[in-house]
Amino acid sequence: MNIDQNKLNWIYKKLFTIRFFEERIKKIAKEKLVPGYLHTCIGSEAICVGVMSALNNDDWISSTYRNHGHAIAKNCELKEITSEIFGRSTGICKGKGGSMHISDFDKGMLGSFGIVAAGPPVVLGAALQEKINKGSKNSVTFFGDGAIHNGAFHEAAGLAKLWDIPMLFVCENNGYAEATATDWHLNTKNLSDISRAYDMISYRGDGNNVFEVHEITKNALIESKEKNTPIFIEFKNYRFSGQYEGDTQLYQPLEEINEAKKNDPIKIALEKAIDYKFSSIEINNLKKQALNDVEEAFKFAETQPWPKPEDSLNDVYVNYPKNLIL
Amino acid sequence: MPILTVKEAINQALVESFTNDKNVILMGEDIAGGKGREQYQGTQDAWGGPFGVTQGLLTKFGPERVRDTTIAEAGFFGAAVGAAMTGLRPIVELMYVDFAGVCFDQLMNQAAKMRYMFGGKQNVPMVVRTVVGAGFRAGSEHSQTLYSLYTHIPGLKVVAPYDAIDAKGLLLSSIIDNDPVIFMEHKRLYMTKCEVPENLKPIPLGKGRIRKKGKDITIVAIQRMNLFAEEAANLLADEDIECEIIDPRTYSPLDESLIYESVKKTGKVIIIDESNPKCSLASEISSLISENCFTDLKAPILKLTAPHTPVPFSPPMEDFYIPSTKKIIKGIKTILKY
Ligand SMILES: Cc1ncc(C[n+]2csc(CCOP(=O)(O)OP(=O)(O)O)c2C)c(N)n1
Ligand SMILES: [Mg+2]
Repeated sequence: MNIDQNKLNWIYKKLFTIRFFEERIKKIAKEKLVPGYLHTCIGSEAICVGVMSALNNDDWISSTYRNHGHAIAKNCELKEITSEIFGRSTGICKGKGGSMHISDFDKGMLGSFGIVAAGPPVVLGAALQEKINKGSKNSVTFFGDGAIHNGAFHEAAGLAKLWDIPMLFVCENNGYAEATATDWHLNTKNLSDISRAYDMISYRGDGNNVFEVHEITKNALIESKEKNTPIFIEFKNYRFSGQYEGDTQLYQPLEEINEAKKNDPIKIALEKAIDYKFSSIEINNLKKQALNDVEEAFKFAETQPWPKPEDSLNDVYVNYPKNLIL
Repeated sequence: MPILTVKEAINQALVESFTNDKNVILMGEDIAGGKGREQYQGTQDAWGGPFGVTQGLLTKFGPERVRDTTIAEAGFFGAAVGAAMTGLRPIVELMYVDFAGVCFDQLMNQAAKMRYMFGGKQNVPMVVRTVVGAGFRAGSEHSQTLYSLYTHIPGLKVVAPYDAIDAKGLLLSSIIDNDPVIFMEHKRLYMTKCEVPENLKPIPLGKGRIRKKGKDITIVAIQRMNLFAEEAANLLADEDIECEIIDPRTYSPLDESLIYESVKKTGKVIIIDESNPKCSLASEISSLISENCFTDLKAPILKLTAPHTPVPFSPPMEDFYIPSTKKIIKGIKTILKY
């Protein structure tokens, strides 16, 4: 596979950054240092980084409550992400959103939604805009295996196909929706078969292999534009994290977790590093940089000022009489 | 008398209702959770919903009656309507009230209108159990109350209990009721406790409760706001101010006369609602009082609500969003000056 050295470095550094970041989040969640719900994405790194490595910086994406990896891979400022999770005024959403809604519009993120399957219709709209305005940005919506059951996904898929909209529906099949295993509720043999109902091209890939994710995404983006059509991609991986921090995860059998660890996306990437002529020193350097970035981001966030209570009254509307908000 | 948490009280009401009537079923996302998996049958870990409220039900009553659904709220809400029309008494769980958006049609247009639109021949005896409320640092899409959204719709009954005894008694009533009932559980109240008698009878819908007697001012407090109302009343008692606290408990139907009787006595009233102000329960109750107690009022009615914003995430902003004991005391003192 032909990937230039800068991009390779970027890929490895992002993989490490997401893993270190989420491990750090898990730790402070245990110590109860941050408020609110935290959904970490240990096991999703290759999908986040692999898809984003095939995108341009300003391409559109949508994410979910499990968004830290997407935001990091979409080049959102690590310090601002962390500050948001800490609820501070310098956070990416000024403390209004929190962990579930990390999103930077300037980086092409159209939102991280707490409502399952809220993203696909929104990204459909962005892709429609690109089509109407003859723009060139790509549009990608991320959602989970659980979201596949929700009407919003189906309605967006149907419209995208009907309107010949080039966009990618990227489904992360991590084996679970909350405490429900994917296969208990699956109606089709493979999850991606669902897209057949809309006569949509679909692909399946190993979501633990960042290079496979990159390759499938890159090709799908080209095909989708050439053929003027939406494409559905299922990436299979494993949700090592619980549904949220604090989830007992007792429903995930130990044997299953241990089996999945053999395909940990970071482990796979490290094994492949040799193919891309990385020395162990280079890899360790990238790891160090990633760890350093994460440490700095957390140090930064902890010292940031809290928003003022009244700041909550801003940004409800573009234009509205202020005195009528309170 | 046994002391129960709100969570335990709700679980008890469900178990009793399941036992009393084989037509009662429960549908929702991860209401059993991991326990649905065969190798986990009989083990302690069921999710029982994200707050563990329905834990144990699957083991007691089996997967035919306790059904884990896909993330398809419109689908299983609609299924509840049909099942209710044909003989079952379905209880459906809307994990957070904020998710109503994806299935509201089945409530607003189907469940609520079935009886009226088809000439009164059809009952829809279903219950929607849902989780409401701010104060959990859960952000804009997991913290709303939306009481008035449901109360606005003819055909739906709306219940929002504060303590464990009311939670149990009102849920028992909601399940035997022949209309669709929205039963709202506040996430910050689940772990609060009170005494609940062993053989508690259903508490009728449409009956409010005087939580504290007093002669100087009426506080109408909605669900969790009873906590702050009580704190405020206790502090004001030190200054010889006697507050009367009324918890309407159900909002459709609403125990209007209980409120009016109190206002006739005190002539002064503050309404506390953690929802957004516009077209809220607070504004509804305020307008009812001004229409029905005009000559008894000695001061303007005061509404204490959240601001007209979504629920913010960050603690200082969220704390500012929720009406506080301090704001209640300040409000009461303003009114008492009249
Ligand atoms: C409309 C709606 N219903 C239910 C929920 C509660 N909920 C949050 S995450 C989740 C599971 C989603 O699973 P999946 O799509 O596989 O994503 P994953 O968490 O595995 O990334 C559920 C049911 C929600 N947020 N929105
Ligand atoms: Mg999943």
